[in-house]
Amino acid sequence: MADVTGRSVRRRDTAILTVPAVLLMAIFLLGPLFCVVVLSFTDYQLGAPAISMTGLANYVEMTEDETVRISIANTLMYVGIVVPLSVALGLGAALLIEADHSLRDFYRAAYFLPVMATLIAMAIVWGFMLDPRIGGVNFALKAMGFKAQDFLHDRKLVLFTLCGIGIWQSVGFNMVLFMAGLTAIPSELYEAAAIDGARDGGARFRLVTWPLLAPVTLFTVVITAIRAFQVFDTVQVLTDGGPNKASEVLLHTIYAEAFGYFRAGYAAALVVVFLVFILALSAIRLFVLDRRKQAT
Amino acid sequence: MTGRRPAPTLRLLRHLLLLAGAVVMLAPFFLMVATSFKPKEEIFSAEFHLLPQRWGGTENYVTALTQVPLVHFLLNGAIVTAAIFLLQVLVNVPAAYALAKLRFRGKATLFGAVLLCLMIPYQAIALPIYILFYQLGLLNTYASLVLPFTISVFGIFLMRQFFLGVPDDLIDAARVDGMSEYGIVWSVMAPTAVPALVAFGIFSVVAHWNDYFWPLIAVGDQSLYTPPLGIAFLKLNGEGTAYGPLMAAATIVIAPLVLAFLVAQRRFVEGITFSGLKG
Repeated sequence: MADVTGRSVRRRDTAILTVPAVLLMAIFLLGPLFCVVVLSFTDYQLGAPAISMTGLANYVEMTEDETVRISIANTLMYVGIVVPLSVALGLGAALLIEADHSLRDFYRAAYFLPVMATLIAMAIVWGFMLDPRIGGVNFALKAMGFKAQDFLHDRKLVLFTLCGIGIWQSVGFNMVLFMAGLTAIPSELYEAAAIDGARDGGARFRLVTWPLLAPVTLFTVVITAIRAFQVFDTVQVLTDGGPNKASEVLLHTIYAEAFGYFRAGYAAALVVVFLVFILALSAIRLFVLDRRKQAT
Repeated sequence: MTGRRPAPTLRLLRHLLLLAGAVVMLAPFFLMVATSFKPKEEIFSAEFHLLPQRWGGTENYVTALTQVPLVHFLLNGAIVTAAIFLLQVLVNVPAAYALAKLRFRGKATLFGAVLLCLMIPYQAIALPIYILFYQLGLLNTYASLVLPFTISVFGIFLMRQFFLGVPDDLIDAARVDGMSEYGIVWSVMAPTAVPALVAFGIFSVVAHWNDYFWPLIAVGDQSLYTPPLGIAFLKLNGEGTAYGPLMAAATIVIAPLVLAFLVAQRRFVEGITFSGLKG
């Protein structure tokens, strides 16, 4: 027990093990992170021969940019809708599926399938299902006596439609996170609660499941929020941010500025905004992870 | 959860709710496959049938496979995902071993860097990497699709956690036998870590087979398209409303992962749940 933190070996041996990872981390993670921040203070254009520092000009321009304002508002709206609904539905699915044995494996597979199916392909399938004339969703609406909708070209509907696809895709992911949390609850606690008079499922949930699941829930909320901020595939292939920017989201704006208009400096400043959102959420996640470690 | 079975009415209610949910979850998959079997007139008919009334599958799949080189895209996807995972193992497993079992200068800094990098979403650093590859003339190559992902801080983190639990005696015995540290990684540590490697592999393959953002930026040449780029191209540049072939192509693109998932469900759930750590 002389050494609990690891063995000392010759320096050359350690170098062989760590140098490739360290170099690649510098080239492909830390270096680019540094560069994107520096780039955000310049007027660099992709392919341009010259570059000059422009201080905060990009950030000032951003505050007056109507597209950016809409894009951030839409992204926050998207996150604000997808996160609570997909977390609540994921929790509900996990509780219902684990409540009994019958068809458990089938349900688990069915709900998880959208998580791993190629999103860009499934987005195209959704695009077909939402077609106003021949889409399955509109046939179903008409059969139930509702009016057909042009879900992807109606300014009022388009963002909610994309939220729906986002929820469909992430419920299963949240479900398995909750299932892992549920199996970690010791069954003695339920027995103890039953002795204390918690006979029905509602009381058991309130007294045992929910308090013990609260850390997992916070964790799931943060992860889902991070993933929701990264929404891109569905927007790019289905709406291109339209109609009239009604579905413009942050990552799509960044993509358009950088690779559509080649304004790398300005795009980098938008990336910094995007990063601030993600890092704030990541900080919460690390905090939660830390507390979970201490709890176990 | 509780061991006790719920009352029959509750059991029925459970099935009703879960079945309704399952219909929503599976409807896109069902309609995708069903439509890929329908002839054109039926897809565009004002009357809706769940199942194809006449067989149109052959034409749809032949069109999907010949209009764009879909098989070539699938091959690209396989090459890129396999290369990424192989290099990820070569680069990150030794580093994970060093972080778990060795003492060296800068160890705390290195682990701190790993934790910091875990928080960086790759979309945020795509632009500088694009510029770097542009300067090096590497855009539009297989290398541009693979190299940025050879470092996986998530892989380092995951494998380190696993290696921490491997007893030191095993390593000491190998050292007494005169094995080098590099040898220990592959002949002692890696064999004990097969479950963790499988989980990492599934996570990596699913993430990169499905990735759209980076290939969209890095590659313009059709001969380098991965399956997601291929199907998006078919939708955006082909006849966007040729739904029969489009659904056939979608079926082909998602088939490999879905089939693998159905065969090894539990392992997949495990591998993807790990990504919760990454986000």
